[in-house]
Amino acid sequence: METVREWLNALRTGECSARDAVTTALERIRTVDPQLQAVIAIDPERALAQADTIDRQRAGGEDPGPLAGLPIGIKDVICEKDVECTCASQILKGYRPPYDATVITMLRRAGAIPVARLNMDEFAMGSSTDHSAFAITRNPWDTNRIPGGSSGGSAAAVAARMLPCALGSDTGGSIRQPAALCGVTGLKPTYGRVSRYGLVAYASSLDQIGPLALTVEDIALLLPHLAGHDPHDATSANLPVPNYPAALFQDLRGVRLGVPKEYFIAGLDPAVETAVRSALHLFARNGADCVEISLPHTEYAIATYYIIATAEASSNLARYDGIHYGWRAPESTTLDEVYSHTRRRGFGEEVIRRIILGTYVLSSGYYDAYYLKALKVRTLIRQDFTRAFDTVDAIVTPTSPTPAFALGEKLNDPLQMYLSDIFTVSVNLAGIPGLSVPCGFSPDGLPIGLQILAKPFDEMMLLRVGHAWQQLTDFHLRRPPVCATSFSRPTTHA
Amino acid sequence: MPDFAPVIGLEVHVQLNTATKMFCACPNRFGDPPNTNVCPVCLGLPGALPVPNAAAIEAAVKAALYLNCSVSSFSKFDRKNYFYPDLPKAYQISQYDLPIGTRGSLEIEVSGTTRRIGITRIHLEEDAGKLVHAPGASLVDLNRAGTPLLEIVSAPEIFSPEEAYAYLSSLRLLMLYLGISNCNMEEGSLRCDANISLRPAGSSTLGTKVEIKNLNSFKGVQKALAFEIKRQSSLLATGTPIVQETRLYDAATDKTLSMRSKEEAHDYRYFPDPDLVPMTFSPEYLARLRDNLPETPQHRAQRFVSAFGLSQYDATVLTSDPALASYFEDTIAAGASPKLAANWIANNLLSALHQTSTSIGACKIRPPQLAALINLVETGTLSSTSAKTVVFPAVFEKGIDPNAVVAEMGLAQVSDTTQIDQWVVDAIRANPDVLDSLRKGKVKAVAKLVGSVMQMSRGKANAALVSQRIAAILKDMHGIEISG
Repeated sequence: METVREWLNALRTGECSARDAVTTALERIRTVDPQLQAVIAIDPERALAQADTIDRQRAGGEDPGPLAGLPIGIKDVICEKDVECTCASQILKGYRPPYDATVITMLRRAGAIPVARLNMDEFAMGSSTDHSAFAITRNPWDTNRIPGGSSGGSAAAVAARMLPCALGSDTGGSIRQPAALCGVTGLKPTYGRVSRYGLVAYASSLDQIGPLALTVEDIALLLPHLAGHDPHDATSANLPVPNYPAALFQDLRGVRLGVPKEYFIAGLDPAVETAVRSALHLFARNGADCVEISLPHTEYAIATYYIIATAEASSNLARYDGIHYGWRAPESTTLDEVYSHTRRRGFGEEVIRRIILGTYVLSSGYYDAYYLKALKVRTLIRQDFTRAFDTVDAIVTPTSPTPAFALGEKLNDPLQMYLSDIFTVSVNLAGIPGLSVPCGFSPDGLPIGLQILAKPFDEMMLLRVGHAWQQLTDFHLRRPPVCATSFSRPTTHA
Repeated sequence: MPDFAPVIGLEVHVQLNTATKMFCACPNRFGDPPNTNVCPVCLGLPGALPVPNAAAIEAAVKAALYLNCSVSSFSKFDRKNYFYPDLPKAYQISQYDLPIGTRGSLEIEVSGTTRRIGITRIHLEEDAGKLVHAPGASLVDLNRAGTPLLEIVSAPEIFSPEEAYAYLSSLRLLMLYLGISNCNMEEGSLRCDANISLRPAGSSTLGTKVEIKNLNSFKGVQKALAFEIKRQSSLLATGTPIVQETRLYDAATDKTLSMRSKEEAHDYRYFPDPDLVPMTFSPEYLARLRDNLPETPQHRAQRFVSAFGLSQYDATVLTSDPALASYFEDTIAAGASPKLAANWIANNLLSALHQTSTSIGACKIRPPQLAALINLVETGTLSSTSAKTVVFPAVFEKGIDPNAVVAEMGLAQVSDTTQIDQWVVDAIRANPDVLDSLRKGKVKAVAKLVGSVMQMSRGKANAALVSQRIAAILKDMHGIEISG
């Protein structure tokens, strides 16, 4: 019982009650998480209470929803009413939101049970999950390595089979990159496809919530319960939600796949390049048309991203001032001291670095040269994709230039860390959807991810290509060493 | 001492009276207990997102059109970043380079001269919360946070404190006509900051400007500006440069005091709010709003003069409040003669409202009742004196039907000639000396007959008719001519 489909089957057939499901997930967390530290907090009572409600509904003949009883992990950046939400930051220690994010409301309505708050880089800023104020999450494939980030807790928890699925958020690759580095499947939906209401903002024009799971099929099962218009989010798209699982019944024949030449660059790990190239051969052998394309503004993506994201972050994170909620530096006497001490000590180094960067690029005299210029380049990057999608149905690239790097390796070299987002940030700048699926292993046994991109709101194409890929391969089913033996049966309690 | 001429610009904030706040569904209401009209959005909680209030945007566009602004098809919201405890997100959602309206104008009249004052821009933003300072602690009330606010910035084309007063009065009246704000300065739904600089009379370059805040009434604006003109003139006269600064007006002393100098000015780091999508206005939408704008106060006053024959003065008084003007029109619609209605409203009604501090909206005597009262006098059923001294006060106080008052108190005039003739004959009979006096040419003696008739009728005889009948009977029965 590992994939969402397996869990749902067990729950539907009655082989496993919702209480069993929650108990199982909690037990796996207790067993595995001490080695990984993917989980920030659990609230067993709360999860079990929801499970009991579902079991009662089912017993009474009511339909408790299509995801009834499914345990899910929540990145600690998405608000759940009355549940501590820290964004892995000291500054939000003890903060309990008085409301549910729209995705939480939707998941609960479908019967899913949030069981754990998952670790991340502080305020989703980072690509390693070692920028958490509370714990360093480890990669289930090699606990001396990072799981990727910022949704590293989500990716590690799913990879280690603690939970069948988790929510992450992706601003520049924060779902796809850790999914790739942990060998799981992760989707960043189109900007506007999933409501951001209740997602603590890092960079509002780039942030998007998405699911992580073991298979594309699982993603297709979850997405209908995340996607859709939300009147509480002015940037959410008022478009119908397609029947995503239907994408699983289509094969690769006739699909035109674009391979951007700018993504095969110096610095691309040879194992990653080999894995992606062999993926392309396999796609071609199974009926897809692989053509080389050009995304000419790719080289500006990192710079553009770090200007726009930090500019928005500097404003979004200004509210953590020690006045209204969260942590306040204790010995401050004046208002200015409350602000400066709280923020200096409440935020970690990477967050402070990005706030300062963002403040700088928006400052009078620098705005035109940095922020305004970045907005213009963003338009060019978006146009690159629009043009590419005139001739191809999907674009295939590596997700990350390298497999997982060692803990602390890039902690003191932020530029190197920023470069690990090189293949993912353009997608956020363009607002298009992106999926990462496992596509191989490095000689060290570390997972490698393949990124599939499509037109805005064409998640169907991602699911179609990704699922077809997983029908041809089994990388997504391999287990990391921390859970070498399969968790086959649910834990049942008398 | 050389002559210095002031150049004044006014920045007015008008709170819109929409049912809900600018970016959330909280009630937009003044006077509730602190922090009761709040939600994750206006509290600025992490993860909450703003959704613009369509009614507020429409009110802003209407205001821009009413103030003759050009409204472009595209507008957007920007973030203005600064730290202050009454600003929970540490940024205010406002508008920077693409405001709703630009290049408008407003007509003012000062001592008989009409001038057009330019309006530089009009934009929509959210209000901040309020700080309440107690001993040893400052408390934050966020009920006001997120209230829709219109900022209207005049061009530096106001040249005297009197013009500033006229500008504010005129602007307030227009907002009241549009019905988009209560414009109540005590409740803060209309607020004003003033910028003023002085330059040698005749010069065309601008001097160093000073901003005045804490202006809590139109008279206060006028007084603060007058003080500033004196203060800056005497500094300039001695060659002392003016410091660019913000000054606070103290209503108790009518003086302004330095608050902070501009060196500490903020860099607000404006940038487009990524949580909100730009606003677009189609030509059809703008045309529809423009076609449905209310008549301006000036037009309405003009119409009152031409259509109802009112004096310019009465027309101006009646249009000084849209509710009053509507009251007047409703009274006419209920059948009263326009001129009589204007007299009654401008004199009796307004003074009664004033004495009882009642607003026209809360006034108990409604237009149909006032029309009925006016008609009772006009048809002679009620004497003008009784109407003013007895019936009007009763109806004003209780909001009852004037006919009922007249009936209940037996105030109906007797206009029946047979009855009046009988009283006249009786009066002549009872006062034989009057005939002698009249024959001697003492015309004033008639008053005795009138008094006698009134006494017999207990004041109810129609006075005009009584005089008329006395003259007729004296002539017909006694051959005495008193008229002419």
